[in-house]
Amino acid sequence: MTTIYFDNNATTKIDPLVLKEMMPFLTDYYGNPSSMHKFGGQVSSHIARARHQLASLLNAQPDEIIFTAGGTESDNTAIYSALEAQPGKKHLITTRVEHPAILNVCRHLEQRGYDITYLGVDEKGLLDLEELRAALRPDTALVTIMYANSETGVIFPMHEIAKIVKERGVMLHTDAVQAVGKIPINLETLPVDYLSLSGHKIHGPKGIGALYVRKGATFRPHMRGGHQEHGRRAGTENTASIVGLGKAAELAQLSMEIENTGVKHMRDTLEKGLLKAIPESIINGDTESRLPNTTNISFKHVEGEAILLMMDGFEIAASSGSACTSGSLEPSHVLRAMGVPFTYAHGSIRFSLSRFNDDKEIKIVLKELPEIIKRLREISPYKDEEGAEAPKRPCTCS
Amino acid sequence: MWEYTDKVREHFLNPRNVGEIKNASAIGEVGSLACGDALKLFLDIDENDRIVDAKFQTFGCASAIASSSALTELLKGKTLEEAEKITNKEIADYLGGLPEEKMHCSVMGQEALEVAIKTYRGEPIELHDHEGTIICHCFGVTDEQILRAVEENGLTTVEEVTHYTKAGGGCGKCVDDIQRLIDEATGKVAACEVPEPAARPTLSNIERMQLVMKVLNEEVRPRLKQDGGDVELIDIEGHTVKVALRGMCTSCPSSQLTLKNVVEKALQEQVEPELTVVEVSQ
Ligand SMILES: Cc1ncc(COP(=O)(O)O)c(C=O)c1O
Repeated sequence: MTTIYFDNNATTKIDPLVLKEMMPFLTDYYGNPSSMHKFGGQVSSHIARARHQLASLLNAQPDEIIFTAGGTESDNTAIYSALEAQPGKKHLITTRVEHPAILNVCRHLEQRGYDITYLGVDEKGLLDLEELRAALRPDTALVTIMYANSETGVIFPMHEIAKIVKERGVMLHTDAVQAVGKIPINLETLPVDYLSLSGHKIHGPKGIGALYVRKGATFRPHMRGGHQEHGRRAGTENTASIVGLGKAAELAQLSMEIENTGVKHMRDTLEKGLLKAIPESIINGDTESRLPNTTNISFKHVEGEAILLMMDGFEIAASSGSACTSGSLEPSHVLRAMGVPFTYAHGSIRFSLSRFNDDKEIKIVLKELPEIIKRLREISPYKDEEGAEAPKRPCTCS
Repeated sequence: MWEYTDKVREHFLNPRNVGEIKNASAIGEVGSLACGDALKLFLDIDENDRIVDAKFQTFGCASAIASSSALTELLKGKTLEEAEKITNKEIADYLGGLPEEKMHCSVMGQEALEVAIKTYRGEPIELHDHEGTIICHCFGVTDEQILRAVEENGLTTVEEVTHYTKAGGGCGKCVDDIQRLIDEATGKVAACEVPEPAARPTLSNIERMQLVMKVLNEEVRPRLKQDGGDVELIDIEGHTVKVALRGMCTSCPSSQLTLKNVVEKALQEQVEPELTVVEVSQ
């Protein structure tokens, strides 16, 4: 039995065509692209091609693409670059729902004397753009706001955000790791300075990503060393992965249509089916402005890890914002920021689909999950009670 | 992914003794929805104080459900006196062990049992009001609970205490208090000896000068240098430390703040509380 994989926001299957494209660079073409001989030099043209493929997906210029070791490195590079380029500015704006690759950098910066504004979200996971406008200051070095949320799939209005931020001449970075390949992004009309993306979220390999740096935007390298990537990111190129990322980008561009029709349709079928079959279930996050592949559903009075483990018994793979899945004791920071009540927050399950899923798999989940929730609710002491009763322990974790 | 033993998985997938006991002799309820796990334990106790039946309802993760199941299996047939001796470790051992991070699930079982027995005996059930003071406000964990977990499981670090009791796993403000409790329990500090700031000996001028220089060089200057600034010690007169700001600090509009919040604060905390820092131009 093969796994029914609904955890594509965590990572994706490498497309067989991507793997095929990569293989020669893991075998015969092992040369160093910087070398002065043909054997190495021939590799560099493939890197150039990958840069083109990626630029084409984003409607950017190839020389605006810097290859990195993934989304995390791109995020770190963008933030530190903006700060280093503007040493007098000590203020950053971000949101409470970013990926840890942003949030933990911000926390670290706070300890070093930077002032960070964390924009909140409403119960649908949406920003108040007036709050953003009001937060901009003369000493704001960077605004970093994710394009789409990994847990809920909620898409932020990046064009409006860019308008507000660029009107004030402030630098703007967006972590588009979850958005790239799922929704069209056109960097010719979207004036962000930096944009992060990651290979393993778009059916490419892990440990490879890119940072888009708009032509003319100031940049300070994060990795210093050799002259690779025009001195903007030192280190011998991860040739096979770069070639793989290029191919993945090309395929993503070709699949954009499917993503927003076929995949979206499967997601909607799954979501509607679950809401119908399972009482007291809710969708977390805005359903209008949302990635086509993601749904985050909470089931009242059951705990996410227990659901995941029971689904695992049916070879269904998804993820949860429950505290017990993260090693921390608090439920997802994203759901908390949205004010999802605890009765629901602990029981959230995220299904994230891809073009490799099919209707048969949706059917299996629709058959098994209602049973699973029913069983867990039978075990739960809260099943009969309306709302949470007064905690027995003085729990003040809100 | 957690490394669960087969026994944990088995008890999670096929939990024993799920449900309520109508007219139960005793009920023990701990945890809450907000905390992410809760357990309601039902006991049927005969006239000889023997537990003839035990059932549970649990809201929580796989290990919380498995721990509850294990607890009820352990309880059946035991006298209250025997049951009372069950520790969280026994619950975990019954399951072939739990991941460290999940030990609090077994503690929850042991606590529910305690509450149930107290209820049955008519002892005060407001566990936490009567057993110490709350240390972790996020999860409502008391010093008694922490000390008990430390003693019964031989815990030595704050992280372990968090795994076992959840204390410190929320905002993290109480970690110092938890460390103090661990030190207390492991005998590093005598329990009654509240660690008061030791009375400082008065410093001679030379000692003061040396200490000030040490704190400036080792702590203050590296911090300022991160932001491109620096500070130089000019002189010390009595309790007045005279310094000159250098580098970025000279042009920085918040240099006076730096002087007070960084330099003076560090010196007051680490050398003498009476010290004041003034800037002199040199
Ligand atoms: C929004 C977001 N940003 C950054 C990352 C990190 O990317 P990577 O795993 O390539 O470092 C992820 C993936 O987990 C993500 O979802």
